[in-house]
Amino acid sequence: MPAQRKYEAIVIGSSAGGLSALTALLAALPVNYPLPIMIVQHRYRDQMNLLEEILQNKCKIQIRQVEEKEKIEPGIVYIAPPDYHLLVEGNLTFSLSSDPPVSFSRPSIDVLFESAAETYKRALIGIVLTGANKDGAAGLLAIKKNGGLTIAQSPAEAEYPYMPQAAIDKGGAAQVLTLTEIHARILNI
Amino acid sequence: METENIAFKELLDSIRLVYGYDFTDYAEASVKRRVVNFMANHKIAAIDHLAKMILKDEKLFEEFVQELSVTVTEMFRDPPFYKSLRENVLKRLATYPIIKIWVAGCATGEEVYSIAILFKEEGLLNRTLIYATDINQKSLQTAKEGMYPLEHMKQHTANYQKAGGIQSFSEYYTAKYNTVMFDKSLKQNIVFAPHNLAVDKSFNEFQLVICRNVLIYFNQKLQNHVINLFYESLCPFGFFGMGNKESLLFSDKKQFFEDVDRKQKIFMKTK
Repeated sequence: MPAQRKYEAIVIGSSAGGLSALTALLAALPVNYPLPIMIVQHRYRDQMNLLEEILQNKCKIQIRQVEEKEKIEPGIVYIAPPDYHLLVEGNLTFSLSSDPPVSFSRPSIDVLFESAAETYKRALIGIVLTGANKDGAAGLLAIKKNGGLTIAQSPAEAEYPYMPQAAIDKGGAAQVLTLTEIHARILNI
Repeated sequence: METENIAFKELLDSIRLVYGYDFTDYAEASVKRRVVNFMANHKIAAIDHLAKMILKDEKLFEEFVQELSVTVTEMFRDPPFYKSLRENVLKRLATYPIIKIWVAGCATGEEVYSIAILFKEEGLLNRTLIYATDINQKSLQTAKEGMYPLEHMKQHTANYQKAGGIQSFSEYYTAKYNTVMFDKSLKQNIVFAPHNLAVDKSFNEFQLVICRNVLIYFNQKLQNHVINLFYESLCPFGFFGMGNKESLLFSDKKQFFEDVDRKQKIFMKTK
């Protein structure tokens, strides 16, 4: 029997319809959740802190917008700030970048996923949720290639099926699950 | 994967030794992403191939450095920053007979022209000198020309208005085909020059230093080094503006700056 894999981080990408999907995944997580969770939700650039405030109102676990060069800690949900790409550095800190949009998006899910895959390798879980864009498909594949666990929300259930479907079509999704199933999976990590 | 990391570090080291461009203290994830993009665009399969190629081929190296060091920006990026600059800083700068400004890492110049417009509208431009510098020669050339795609003007105009602009923005440029050219009067007091924040020294004393969304590309050590450089380049009570996700947190000079606008990341050197 191979030893059970130990996960060290979760990355989540969501776009249109993301707020309710994220709420469903995060609301019941305990404050002392053992992993850091990093999220790129496509958002308007002048939205500032609205997304974080709404999520925090519904969640017990601490939600916060990433600060430049911040150290990544377990038990915190980190959200990419509007108008910046979010990257994970090898020394487990965050970097931001103003590079041009990827898949018309800044922050881009691919940018977060690819840099996190490089750092966490097989200790990473990547999740692509609802959206109307193909961002995240290349990133999820990168996580899979690095040995991480990859999940796409079931397009049949997703409010906007295009994004998880694109991730599945590109071959990056090892599992296709409903929100309830994803929630159960990450809760019992 | 480990061997790839070693190859990556060797690449940056040899660029530093052979060409004098130091990317070793850049935030690694962003640099790596750019290196991988460059390799994909040039169909180069491995980092050690790339290293051999650019050390032999100076033209390819130039292209590589351009790609590694390019930053993108827009006019009046983050309008509240410019609004705050107008409201909180310009009046105090007006007391100087000559105002010297350094826009460090000016990229293709959009924020330099934004500042020139701001100072013009406050009646200060004719006694203001703006030094606009960047490591990237190609970007600097674009900045010097002051020509931008017409299709960007909608965003720029919206930013200008949100930043408290009081004129019709189109008065500042002329449009021809798909390009706009900014008014020569804005350029009169701007000096464009190459400057590498990682290795070059301070070159003047300034009342205002603006460096936005450049430090995010550096690691903590280089951030500290560059903020020291700005500190040395500021006059007493000079002002310093950063990007809205950047901070003085990793600077050992942070106690010598006080907030002018905490949210918009505008500081004053107090000592």
